[in-house]
This record gives sequence, structure tokens and C-alpha cells, in this order.
Amino acid sequence: MKITVSGKIKEYKDGLTLKELVEAEKVETPEYVTGSVNDELYSAKDFEGIVLKDGDAVEFLYFMGGGLC
Amino acid sequence: MIKLPRKFYDEIIAAGRKGRPEEICGLIGGTQTEEIKIVREIYVLENIDHSREHFSMNPKDQLEAVKYMRKKGLVPLGTFHSHPESPSRPSDEDKRLAYDKNASYMILSLQDEKNPVLKSFRINGNISEEEPIEYI
Repeated sequence: MKITVSGKIKEYKDGLTLKELVEAEKVETPEYVTGSVNDELYSAKDFEGIVLKDGDAVEFLYFMGGGLC
Repeated sequence: MIKLPRKFYDEIIAAGRKGRPEEICGLIGGTQTEEIKIVREIYVLENIDHSREHFSMNPKDQLEAVKYMRKKGLVPLGTFHSHPESPSRPSDEDKRLAYDKNASYMILSLQDEKNPVLKSFRINGNISEEEPIEYI
């Protein structure tokens, strides 16, 4: 199947989960990443249960924050 | 070196003042050639912590900004956030959460509200280094 990852079309096996895509794309610090599939947002704990489909558009958003601690 | 159009500097200061006492935050988009970054857009995003001591960017806003940048042929250059009551330097928490050593992390201090201070940093692990800003 073809999916769009961060704006680039890529070929992956059918039934790929978002968690497997994170591993395949070597996403750094995955625990701090929010995934979006067709603009729907998912936190890292949900990645395993998200099965991707042909034509899906995926983005990875790194947690951006900070503070005075 | 990061080149920042004066109008974006003004927008960051205005957003910081408007957001006080909370921290404000956002993304910086632009173009990059070797060592020079040129800021072409800034995106003020919601600080979902609504705190004067902490910020977390709203992921939904982030997604919109990232897609908009891509559409305009820009790349994410880094972030900015304000320190309403402390100096313009990365806190330990800022360093811990800075995942990209190539990004520019701009910090606006409003400790002296009449004399805001904006600085940019590169952060690699626990080490931060100030990056010169050239106003254009």
C-alpha cells in the first residue's frame, strides 16, 4: 500500500500499524511523539492499535515544551 | 546565524506581552542554506499548559503549522517561547525537551517588560550555545 509520511509518498506492507511505522521511519524519541493519521491525532500509547490503510497521510509531531523546572 | 525580519521580532514581542503572565510559544519556519537560516514565517501556537512557568504546544496547531509550511516550501527552523519573569536562557527543562540539536530555540525574556530580550540558542543535550540573530 502507499501512504504519505510527512509529505512523502512511501510504499509499505498492508496491515502496518502506526507503531511499526514509527520503528520503520526511525522516529527519534517516540515517547515524545504525537502521530496524526488523516489529521486525527494519536498519542504514543495508542500507536499499536492504529492500522494504516492505503492512501493514509501520516505526520509525526514532536512534543515541544519547556519550563522553569 | 539566524536572520530574523524585524516584523517577526515585533510579532513575537507583541505575542509575549499579550500572553503575559502566561508563557507564549510558537514555531519558526523559513529557509536554510548551510549555516544561515532565514525566518520567513512565525506561527504563534496555543500553550495548552496556560502556565507562567511552563509551555506545551498544542499538537493540533503544530500539525496545521507544519502542513502550512510544507505547502509554502518552508522548513521548520525551530521554536520560540517566552519567559515572562526570568532571563532569556534555556532552563533545565527547556534543555531536556529540546530534541533537535540543529533547531533554533528562541527565548523571549519579559523580565523587564520595557526592555524585552530575544535570544536564540542551539541545544545539544545539556549544552546550550547562543546563536547570533541578524535582524533584517
